[in-house]
Amino acid sequence: MAKEILEKPESFYGEFTRKPGANPESTHYCPGCGHGVVHKLIAETMDDFGIREKTVFVSPVGCSVFGYYYFKCGNVQAAHGRAPAVATGIKRALPDSVVISYQGDGDLAAIGGNNIIQAANRGENITVIFVNNAIYGMTGSQMAPTTLLGQKTTTTPRGRSAENEGYPIRMSELLATLEAPVYIERVAITDAKHLMKARKAIRKGIQNQIDGRGFSFIEILSACPTGWKMTPVDSKKWIEDVLSDYFKLNVLKDKNGALKKEDTGITKSKREKEVEPTKKEIMELLGGTAQTAKVSFPQTDVTANYLDPRIKIAGFGGQGVLLLGQLLAQSAMMSELFSTWLPSYGPEMRGGTANCHVIISDKRIGSPLVSETDVLIAMNLPSLEKFEDEVRPNGVIFMNSSLIKRKVERQDVEPVYVPATEFADELKEPRVANVVMLGAYLGYTNLLSVESVLAATKTVVKRKELFAINKEALAKGFEFGRAKAKPKKHKEEVL
Amino acid sequence: MSRILVKGNEAVIKGAILSGCKAFYGYPITPASEVAESAAINFPQIGGTFLQAESEVAAINMVYGAASTGQRVMTASSSPGISLKLEGISYAAGAELPMVLVDVMRGGPGLGNIAPEQSDYNQMVKGGGHGNYKLIVLAPNCAQEMCDLTMLAFELADKYRTPAVILTDGFVGQMMEPVQLPEPVTELPAKPWAVDGTPETANNLVSSIYLEAPVLEAHNEKLQQKYREISDHEVRWEQIYTDDAEIIIVGYGIVSRILQTAVEAARAQGIAVGLLRPITLFPFPVKRIQELAETASVFLVAELSNGQMVDDVRLALDGRRPTKFYGRMGGSVPSPEEILQEIKKLNNDLNKNGN
Repeated sequence: MAKEILEKPESFYGEFTRKPGANPESTHYCPGCGHGVVHKLIAETMDDFGIREKTVFVSPVGCSVFGYYYFKCGNVQAAHGRAPAVATGIKRALPDSVVISYQGDGDLAAIGGNNIIQAANRGENITVIFVNNAIYGMTGSQMAPTTLLGQKTTTTPRGRSAENEGYPIRMSELLATLEAPVYIERVAITDAKHLMKARKAIRKGIQNQIDGRGFSFIEILSACPTGWKMTPVDSKKWIEDVLSDYFKLNVLKDKNGALKKEDTGITKSKREKEVEPTKKEIMELLGGTAQTAKVSFPQTDVTANYLDPRIKIAGFGGQGVLLLGQLLAQSAMMSELFSTWLPSYGPEMRGGTANCHVIISDKRIGSPLVSETDVLIAMNLPSLEKFEDEVRPNGVIFMNSSLIKRKVERQDVEPVYVPATEFADELKEPRVANVVMLGAYLGYTNLLSVESVLAATKTVVKRKELFAINKEALAKGFEFGRAKAKPKKHKEEVL
Repeated sequence: MSRILVKGNEAVIKGAILSGCKAFYGYPITPASEVAESAAINFPQIGGTFLQAESEVAAINMVYGAASTGQRVMTASSSPGISLKLEGISYAAGAELPMVLVDVMRGGPGLGNIAPEQSDYNQMVKGGGHGNYKLIVLAPNCAQEMCDLTMLAFELADKYRTPAVILTDGFVGQMMEPVQLPEPVTELPAKPWAVDGTPETANNLVSSIYLEAPVLEAHNEKLQQKYREISDHEVRWEQIYTDDAEIIIVGYGIVSRILQTAVEAARAQGIAVGLLRPITLFPFPVKRIQELAETASVFLVAELSNGQMVDDVRLALDGRRPTKFYGRMGGSVPSPEEILQEIKKLNNDLNKNGN
């Protein structure tokens, strides 16, 4: 047989010095292996398109794990099956690069099955080269998802059976059912005619990416004479007669021509904006400049018993228990105090009851968990029953007397009965019962200024049209709380 | 002072954006989902990428890909999700890729529950995945630190070319506290090793494969040298009332907040107890613990786990001082009063022995 002398593409290294051992001119692939041919087709395309320097080649796990020995471009080596995910991360970061994700059948169709499906389904603007040789080559010819029925491998010593291992997966057909991919074709590299087709397919897949059209997938039926225990010549014949009978050589999908660039799913969201946001824009975006003008709120005069409260607020879902807590924490922060807000989260919240812990202090706060409660705000009966015993002696219990028909049982606490729901109904807005309660708490304890709470409302309550009604509810509760407040004697105590 | 009231999980994303992070790849899981949700809001606004991946495994590999390009990139999850990511984390450590990982820990093993635990300490601090690697692990205990330490994590990850972790829990993640936003980072370090689709980097390779034993051994030696440098330069901790403390109580994350309250209460009762809070879990404040052993008689380690960090305290003390352990599991969180009881018990024992 005449030796064919071909010029090596520029997109290959002249000498494969990354390959350990002697003989840096030859690849590590076995005689008759298809990888070398596929590599060459890719490298020639890179040369012809002039994209070598902006190409990132993602190698899989398997015999082609060493793609970086050969391709003279940026190389990233991926974990088993994950090349499409790695390629996604690269392409999203570098939308102008050309990302070639190269995988074998075990890597792509078995362990990485979901990754390739999802990358295809997102229409990632990458080119996937899928080398199908119906076997795990590198690990010693075990069964792959593409192994044919009856085919003997080291893990199907009696031949693959549909009963035990199921049927070979046709990945191209499977992916072709998806909406997003623009181009899917299965080719072979058995003879000159097929080689030309494969060459065309690879070029098309890469051109699609350069044009920003989206996801292209080229499946290549490729020989593994070592794994198949055949001569290279018999291997080619087996592909032609057997393998390509099951895996038909065909264009499975081609949206080219029918699509305009803007229809390919490559939307702006997949590309980074060219303009970098300024420092000021970033701070504004993150809310850091929301309160540039510092506002000082009136100092309040608070009885010692009500200072630095550890507050527990509880009720059923929809009563605005968490919001009440946030308003307290926010207005405390705006009043230059320390505050923490800790919600109950997860299933118990979805089950209908909610509670949160709020701590306000003029000192740095340790535990944000309220175990010994200074103030309990109970919006419904289960909340009172659950937390009444946790209140410390001389603590305060604010309870929604509209919904809780019993009295506080503890004799050593200060109960404050607030008809919060009734007040809210009078305002024709049942949802503001929580704000009425907040008003009552502040009126009774004088903990924070009404001004600071109103300012907090503007930040915490997203719906601006509710501001007026919240202001009314707060005032109503505040008035009630103030009327119930014990006459002040703390000044004398202090003196 | 202009402050904002935010959840710890949201503060992480603010810190990330202020650090110049441009991409977030993640998968929903309670109690970490707010990190992804905040990222979904903010990253597209700065021209960055937010992508909900098909799995935790995909997410970490997308991060691997993005990090390969030199981009500042992150992911966040909670314990079971982190278990799934470990393969990718090992690859990233092997390929020396900077990235920030957030673990908002929940109860385990298995599906466990969504309440706070600290049972991922071993998984994150000791490696977890395969191979001889370590991660830089930072343990915030408040919303402000969720922001600040995320920024530090990006800085250290780039500085040492290694993944850095924010190890936190459901409480710190879900809790809202005032946060003062730091100034945005404007100058990012150059990454000449990255593969960024330019002629300058067309010969670069990101990989963790070293086929020949001597080469892989040399690579591992290089990693160990890096971990030694990190241990020498990046240890951080906080201490309260340690100067004259006979009892040193050690805890990180949310536990340290509970300990702080308990220690303050104990001090009010005249008990000589101090708190050491490791901020970096790797590198661990070994030297500081040894210094404290000069004056303290006994150590108490409190964790929301079966006792994982306590091993590191014991290793640091090397038998010089008795080390007690107080652990809670399953999402049960001790009250400051319960910790105070433990402190009192220790103090009584000390006095008895002293007499």
